[in-house]
Amino acid sequence: MRVCVCIKRVPDTAANIRIGSDGKTIDPGGVEFVMSPYDEIAIEQALRLKESAGQGEVVVVSLGPSEAAATLRSGLAMGADRAVLLKDPMKYRDPYGVASTLAEELKKMSFDMLLFGKQAVDDDCCQVGSIVAALLGLPFVGIVTKMEVKAGTATVHRQVEGGHEVVEVKLPAAFSCQKGLAEPRLPSLKGIMASKKKPLEERSVATVEPVFEVEKLEYPPRRAPGKIAGQGAEGVAPLLNLLKTEAKIY
Amino acid sequence: MSNTILVFAEQRAGKLKKSAIEAVSEAKRQADKLGGQAFAVVIGNDVQALAESLGQYGAARTFVADNPALANYSSDGYARILAEAVRRAEPAVVLLPASAMGKDLAAGLAGLIKTSVAMDCVEVALADGKLVVKRPVYAGKVTAVCTFRRMPAIVTLRPNVFPAAQPEPARKSETESIPLMFTAADLKSAARELMAVVTKRPELTEAGVIVSGGRGMKGAENFAMLEELADALGAAVGASRAAVDSGWRPHEFQVGQTGKTVSPTLYIACGISGAVQHLAGMSSSKFIVAINKDPDAPIFKAASYGIVGDLFEVVPALAREFKKILQTA
Ligand SMILES: Cc1cc2nc3c(=O)[nH]c(=O)nc-3n(C[C@H](O)[C@H](O)[C@H](O)COP(=O)(O)OP(=O)(O)OC[C@H]3O[C@@H](n4cnc5c(N)ncnc54)[C@H](O)[C@@H]3O)c2cc1C
Ligand SMILES: Nc1ncnc2c1ncn2[C@@H]1O[C@H](COP(=O)(O)O)[C@@H](O)[C@H]1O
Repeated sequence: MRVCVCIKRVPDTAANIRIGSDGKTIDPGGVEFVMSPYDEIAIEQALRLKESAGQGEVVVVSLGPSEAAATLRSGLAMGADRAVLLKDPMKYRDPYGVASTLAEELKKMSFDMLLFGKQAVDDDCCQVGSIVAALLGLPFVGIVTKMEVKAGTATVHRQVEGGHEVVEVKLPAAFSCQKGLAEPRLPSLKGIMASKKKPLEERSVATVEPVFEVEKLEYPPRRAPGKIAGQGAEGVAPLLNLLKTEAKIY
Repeated sequence: MSNTILVFAEQRAGKLKKSAIEAVSEAKRQADKLGGQAFAVVIGNDVQALAESLGQYGAARTFVADNPALANYSSDGYARILAEAVRRAEPAVVLLPASAMGKDLAAGLAGLIKTSVAMDCVEVALADGKLVVKRPVYAGKVTAVCTFRRMPAIVTLRPNVFPAAQPEPARKSETESIPLMFTAADLKSAARELMAVVTKRPELTEAGVIVSGGRGMKGAENFAMLEELADALGAAVGASRAAVDSGWRPHEFQVGQTGKTVSPTLYIACGISGAVQHLAGMSSSKFIVAINKDPDAPIFKAASYGIVGDLFEVVPALAREFKKILQTA
């Protein structure tokens, strides 16, 4: 089973985000960067598939700045076999730009399955996997919470509002991973040591014309300061009053 | 530039989704500004009448793909039909609700027509032949203002943000049918079955009111208390990641950065501390009520109104009072 996993370097979810001096990107100063959490799930799933098949390869691929090498190393530390860093000369790439660049490189590789995270938790575009799949002519199923692979066919559960859909697809195919699919393992000390010796290939990629551009970043409007309606059950009546007169909820 | 706005009117079991009504309403508003028309797309089985009824929200023409083979959603099949509607309508903008289906379909369409989607937007404006949208990024810590350089622009709209128009029931939409240009065997993927969780409560992402519980709920059994409050309000029940990780609620009810993004009129957080990752999913709610025994909990900073106290005392009292008020109203 050969699985290719696309991973993205993103700010830690707890990071304090400030707008950078260009007004269009964030100030990376003081921000800790990590692998997008759904991409960790994708790697875990890939490792499990390889382990249960008893053979194969897990390749992690990331498009990003040279610092994304560290993100790839953490994928290698989890157990991936090799990594490919697509060094991005652009500061911002819109989702089609990311997807077409990834697709261009993935075309040169061979795999049975392509895995993505459900979304990258920085700009939450929720589409790169689907577009890459379309460009490569592969079937795509998004937001997968369960997967079984038998005889070249994957049966997956896809989360939808109010339930889930059961979808069957022939491999090779692409999927995006949702929480619940596989709890990511923590890299072992041995894994971390081994990751330093695993191959990490760097490739350069071209710039692309964006479909849309980030004109600027803004801070969201500040909320008006809140009011404490009261303590304990005694707060209930004043709260209802506020909900009626101010919020006009009822 | 074209002055047509095309909108995907998502339905389930012959009923329009609330977020779809919002999207159609927004399509009409934008089309009016452009001096053009709003066209809709309806895909499903037995949806002809529904297609005509979209006129009440302002759709001038509705493309209908009505076929038993379309009863279940298929990324591939639905995207191909939508792409055909785009080919026929040549719109400036394609709007979809930012629901699970809407987002998946928008991405599928983007793959077919080789473009990007502006996902989960909270503002849309057309100026000088350019579409400018606002979308929360970095868990809502900042908002990105994005300008499309290529048309058609594909945009999904965050539920509960764009107002639904007052329907005019007498107005009917013209319809134009889109035949099935593929067989089930041609599809790269199709849902074999839909396993629905039967619930009388509204969907989390569409609910006008949400009651959520966190670690302070102390156990799965105590969520019955939140359900009672929710049912009094016609609300959905959400949860923090701590509650989900404890196994008290399934993950699909998790609100936050790695759960659902919700934007209800009223969000009631019970026993939730207000971690940034939780706030990421609900801070665009119109009014936030926090019930927490710790006066220093960060949730009070995000809340419009708070009660400092034991939720096991406050929540039942609140449910009781709401029942009284809403039953007599
Ligand atoms: C990558 C990543 C992603 C994450 N994604 C999410 C996400 O999507 N959603 C999410 O929610 N979290 C997410 N988290 C977790 C988040 O950081 C917090 O750990 C989590 O939100 C805490 O949940 P909580 O508020 O229920 O629990 P706690 O922080 O433990 O808070 C419990 C609160 O209950 C109060 N309380 C206790 N007993 C009572 C009582 N009897 N009456 C009243 N109040 C009481 C306490 O005062 C406390 O404030 C994520 C974390 C990471 C690292
Ligand atoms: N720059 C990138 N490099 C590698 N993979 C990416 C990149 N951006 C997005 N992805 C993949 O696409 C998924 C969805 O991202 P997005 O559509 O940006 O929310 C992520 O979880 C990754 O698996």
